[in-house]
Amino acid sequence: MNVYEFWHRYRRNRSAVIGLAILVCVLLMAIVAQIIFPGSPFALVGKPMTPPSLQFLLGTDTLGRDVLAGILHGSRTSLVIGLIATLVSVSVGTVVGGLAGYYGGRIDDALMRLTEFFQTIPNFLFAIVLVAIMTPSIESIVIAIAVVTWPAVARLVRGEFMALRNREFIQACTCIGMSDLRILVLHILPNCLAPIIVIGSLMVATAILVESGLSFLGLGDPNVMSWGYLVGAGRTVLRTAWWVCTFPGIAILLTVLGINLVGEGLNDALNPRLREP
Amino acid sequence: MSLGARRLKFIFWRCLHAVPVVFAIVVVNFLLLQLMEGDAVDALAGEAASATPEYMEQLREKFGLDQPLHVQLFVYVKNIVMLDLGYSFRHEMGVMDLIMTRFWPTLLLMLSTLVIAISSGIALGLLGAMGLNTWRDTAISILALVSYATPLFWVGLMLILLFSVRLGWLPTSGMETIGAFHEGWTRVVDIARHMIMPVTALSLFYMALFTRLMRASMLEQTGMDYVTTARAKGLTERRITWRHILRNALLPVVTMGGVQVANMLGGSIIIESVFAWPGMGLLAFEALFSRDLNLLLGIFLFAAVLVVVVNLLIDVIYTFVDPRIDVS
Repeated sequence: MNVYEFWHRYRRNRSAVIGLAILVCVLLMAIVAQIIFPGSPFALVGKPMTPPSLQFLLGTDTLGRDVLAGILHGSRTSLVIGLIATLVSVSVGTVVGGLAGYYGGRIDDALMRLTEFFQTIPNFLFAIVLVAIMTPSIESIVIAIAVVTWPAVARLVRGEFMALRNREFIQACTCIGMSDLRILVLHILPNCLAPIIVIGSLMVATAILVESGLSFLGLGDPNVMSWGYLVGAGRTVLRTAWWVCTFPGIAILLTVLGINLVGEGLNDALNPRLREP
Repeated sequence: MSLGARRLKFIFWRCLHAVPVVFAIVVVNFLLLQLMEGDAVDALAGEAASATPEYMEQLREKFGLDQPLHVQLFVYVKNIVMLDLGYSFRHEMGVMDLIMTRFWPTLLLMLSTLVIAISSGIALGLLGAMGLNTWRDTAISILALVSYATPLFWVGLMLILLFSVRLGWLPTSGMETIGAFHEGWTRVVDIARHMIMPVTALSLFYMALFTRLMRASMLEQTGMDYVTTARAKGLTERRITWRHILRNALLPVVTMGGVQVANMLGGSIIIESVFAWPGMGLLAFEALFSRDLNLLLGIFLFAAVLVVVVNLLIDVIYTFVDPRIDVS
């Protein structure tokens, strides 16, 4: 499937195109943040709690920081944490799930016990505990999100690898004496990239939601601006300054919505079962 | 062996399987405690603000913190088996007692949320699947998509903004009106009024999840052979949907309901801290705020074990609900 064909298929899902448009807007926000608002988003630029006006389009917060600047800079944090956490989580999940699915038997038993165990532990609570113990920073947040999300990937990948390992082309690889590593990486993995890409794209949305929840509770990296932090800092003045909480929340909502739509679009476009002959 | 005896045996084995999981949770908790910067004595010294190094060494000896790791783990496991989760100096109360006082509000919140989210999710999913690709289906799908993408804390704050600040209909926080000392029915009504917003906020996300699941499950069942058989028998579409498809489509939703209990505990931290609902979640938030990590880990342990117990109960209930599951 070439790029043109892929786009043709993707385009047929209207909501997926809308999702992509939203995502492109968020990316643009992240790119132009430093150009439109050079300097720190923590800088005090106006009177505290100025309502939205021409000077401050989305108003200022409790200390007089520009909410719009915070949202633009926050988009970088959300995207970076979402992407890196997903990358780590998908890598770990693929390795664990792949080994379990390909080798089966005792290895499968042991790895699946581990996966189930991690799935039993309440996700968000575990993430909170991990970040609280490691002290909040981008790294600890990424680790915490990866630790609580990899089991879903592992289960999916295990199923795919199990289905593929007995197929004839894999048996042929074994017969000509190919090493396990080579079979796993060069022959099985490429054949289940589609579902991994789909679950990965949906996971970025989850990661952004978890990150915003953590920073809302005060567990965000204190050195970077994030959407959850903005909402958390604004909740005390909800009565008098509604704009501080409202706009960053809308930013989170739209971003997560956009990513979910893109994920579903990718699923439709990549899913072989839905392919036309 | 009779069915009853087989079932008892199944329950027994299932319980036995839960033991290593609980033990692993305890060990993880212990390791997390070790990872923490500073130990209980440091925390104690911090509280007291004046402690000589000699006194701190003495305390460490008294608490057994100078022992090797495996001995400490043994003592820790022993304490937990005796339901002793340590002491919160901040609250001047045992962690277990503290959790128990905060457990019931959380249970109330979660059960209401579970009931509302599952029932409305099933209803909406059913409506969507029955009117496939009509405006009704589209509207329900959009509602589910948006609810699924909305951060919990933001829904909570927006509800407060609308219904408490602007309209003044509902109380913003807490579980009861402070100082009103309602009794009997007026108390129930008072608590119910305080519950409306937290339950709505927490339900929205899970409602979206169950709606999507229910819709997909209905569509999957519609293509099954038994539906064709039912149609060939000349049954009305109405009867096929309600008597045949619906019952089978419900199973994955019920399973998912059990799985989501673990995630809901996490969501309740956010919702309880937004609405100052005096449950375990708010306690965890307070623990976080005052760096009372021993209390936080106690809540974590309690919640994790709770999830294991809930999963166990669901498995047992399943043997009654779905006769296809082989209890032997």
